Amino acid sequence: MKTETVIKAVNLTKMFGDFTAVDNICFEVYKGEIFGFLGANGAGKTTAMRMLCGLSKPSSGEASIAGFDVYRETEKIKSNIGYMSQKFSLYEDLTIAENINFFGGIYGLSDKELREQSESLIEKLDLRKNANKLVGELPLGWKQKLAFSVAIIHKPSIVFLDEPTGGVDPITRRQFWDMIYDAAAGGITVFITTHYMDEAEYCNRVSMMVDGKIAALDSPANLKEQCSAATMDDVFYQLARKAKRS
Amino acid sequence: MDVIVENISKSFNKGKVKALNDVSFAVKKGELFGIIGPDGAGKTTLFRILTTLLLADDGTASVNGSDVIEDYKAIRNKVGYMPGKFSLYQDLTVEENLTFFASIFKTTVEENYKLIEDIYVQLEPFKNRRAGKLSGGMKQKLALCCALIHRPEVLFLDEPTTGVDAVSRKEFWEMLKRLKKEGITILVSTPYMDEANLCERIALIQKGEILSIDTPVGITEQYPDQLYAIKSDNMSMLLKDLRKSVNVKSAYSFGEYHHIAFSENFGDNPLQTNLLEANNHTNFKMMPITATVEDCFIHLMTKPEVDEN
Repeated sequence: MKTETVIKAVNLTKMFGDFTAVDNICFEVYKGEIFGFLGANGAGKTTAMRMLCGLSKPSSGEASIAGFDVYRETEKIKSNIGYMSQKFSLYEDLTIAENINFFGGIYGLSDKELREQSESLIEKLDLRKNANKLVGELPLGWKQKLAFSVAIIHKPSIVFLDEPTGGVDPITRRQFWDMIYDAAAGGITVFITTHYMDEAEYCNRVSMMVDGKIAALDSPANLKEQCSAATMDDVFYQLARKAKRS
Repeated sequence: MDVIVENISKSFNKGKVKALNDVSFAVKKGELFGIIGPDGAGKTTLFRILTTLLLADDGTASVNGSDVIEDYKAIRNKVGYMPGKFSLYQDLTVEENLTFFASIFKTTVEENYKLIEDIYVQLEPFKNRRAGKLSGGMKQKLALCCALIHRPEVLFLDEPTTGVDAVSRKEFWEMLKRLKKEGITILVSTPYMDEANLCERIALIQKGEILSIDTPVGITEQYPDQLYAIKSDNMSMLLKDLRKSVNVKSAYSFGEYHHIAFSENFGDNPLQTNLLEANNHTNFKMMPITATVEDCFIHLMTKPEVDEN
C-alpha cells in the first residue's frame, strides 16, 4: 500500500518524572487505513494517543498528524481529527439533536452544513422518531453508533477511537464495525484501540505496545505468521506476557 | 442450591426502564456460574439484589439458605462482593484497605491469609502504595482480596475483567479456578463472550431477560444450524455478497473469518458461487465449524420473539 502518510511518529517519547511512559516510538499510518493500536493495560497507549491528539506535549521526538506538528500546531490537529471513547462520547442530558448541534458547532460546521449533516445523520441512523430523546435514554449500542457518527461529522482526516465497543452487544458491535469500514472507504483514517481480539483482525495493520515501546507492527496475517500463532489472541498473549510493568 | 432466584423483576424510573423481567435460575454450591451479557442487560441490578443492596419489585431470592429480605444481615456476613466500579478507599494503602475490610467482618488478615496468598504476594511489593495509585490490574487484584478476606460462602464478581487486557484476564480466570477448589460458590458477570467457556454453567442475559441457561457446551450444541467459517481476500465485500445471497440465513464477522448459516433448501449451490465469482473473490476458503457462545448469543438475540427493533 503506497499512499499518503497521515500520522507519522519519529522517536516519540513521554516521560513523567523518571518514568518513561512512551519510549521512542516510530510508526506511520496511511490515509484510509484502519490501524489497530493494541497493548496491555499500562503499556502507554493512552499517553501515546493523547500526544497524537495534541492534548499532551511530548518530552522528545517528533510527530505530525494530518500534516500538523504535535508541538506547534495542536489546535489545527484538534480541528482535523475526530475522537470518541467508551467513557466519554456524548452528553447524556442533551437530546440527540442537541448533541449533534453542539459537537457540529464545536467542530466548526456552518449553520447550513450543520443542518444538512444533522438531517442526513438522523436519517442514516434511523433516529427520526427519537431525535428529541435524551441521549441517556438510548441503549449503549445506539449511543456508540451515534457518537461515532458525531465524531466524523466534520469529515476529519483521522478519527481516534478509544475502546469504542466495550460492553456493546455482539450484533451492535458488528454494525459499529460496518460503520468503521464505510468511514475508511470514504478516506477517513481510523486509529482504534480495543480489548476484543477478533476486532484486531478487522484492522489493516496492528501495532502492539509493550512497556512503552512498539513491540510489533504488521498486518494481522503477518503477525500471526511471525509468532506462529493461530489467532490474534495468541499473538497478543505472546507479546504482552513479556511486559515487565503492569 | 446455594443461590436461588425466582421470578425476580425490577424496574426503574417509575416502571419506564425494565432492568430485570421475571428472571429465575439456581446456582449449585461450589459452582462457577457466569452471567453473560452486554451493558444494560441487567447484570449489576441482579447482583445488587442478591447482595441485599437493592430490593426487587417482584419475586424471591435466597443466598446460601438465607432470604435476601428476611435474612439480609446474615447474607451480608457470608457473601463477598466485588462491584464493577472500583470501590475501595483510594487514599488508604493496599495493606490498610485489606486490614480495614478484615476488621469490619470481625476477622484478621492472618486468619484467612491462605485463601488470598496467591493473589496477595503479587501485591505485597506495593503494600504501602495508596490504592488510588495502583494500575488497573493491581486494583482488580486488591479488590478481589478485599472481597475474600472474610472467607465468604458465595462470591459475587461484577464484570471483574471489563477494560482489562487479554493477559490479565487470563490470569484472573486462573485465580477463580483456584478459589473454586476452596468450595466457594462464584457468580461472575462479563460482557466478553469468550469467557463463557471458563464457567461451569452460564446464563445468557439481554434486556433484563435470560435467553438461555446451560453449560457452555450445552448452549453451543443447541445452535440449530450447521455453521461455516468462510474467508476471502476482500472480507467486507464478501460479507456484503453473502448477505445478498438468498440461501444465506445469517452472516456475521468473527475475526479472521465470517460465520454463515444456510437456509434449509439450499440445493446444489448453496453459496451461489456465481455471485462470488462475479466479484472476483480470491483465496476463497470455507469449512464447517461448531458454533461459539457468541454465535448462540447472536442467534438468540435475533429470534423473532426477542427482537424489538
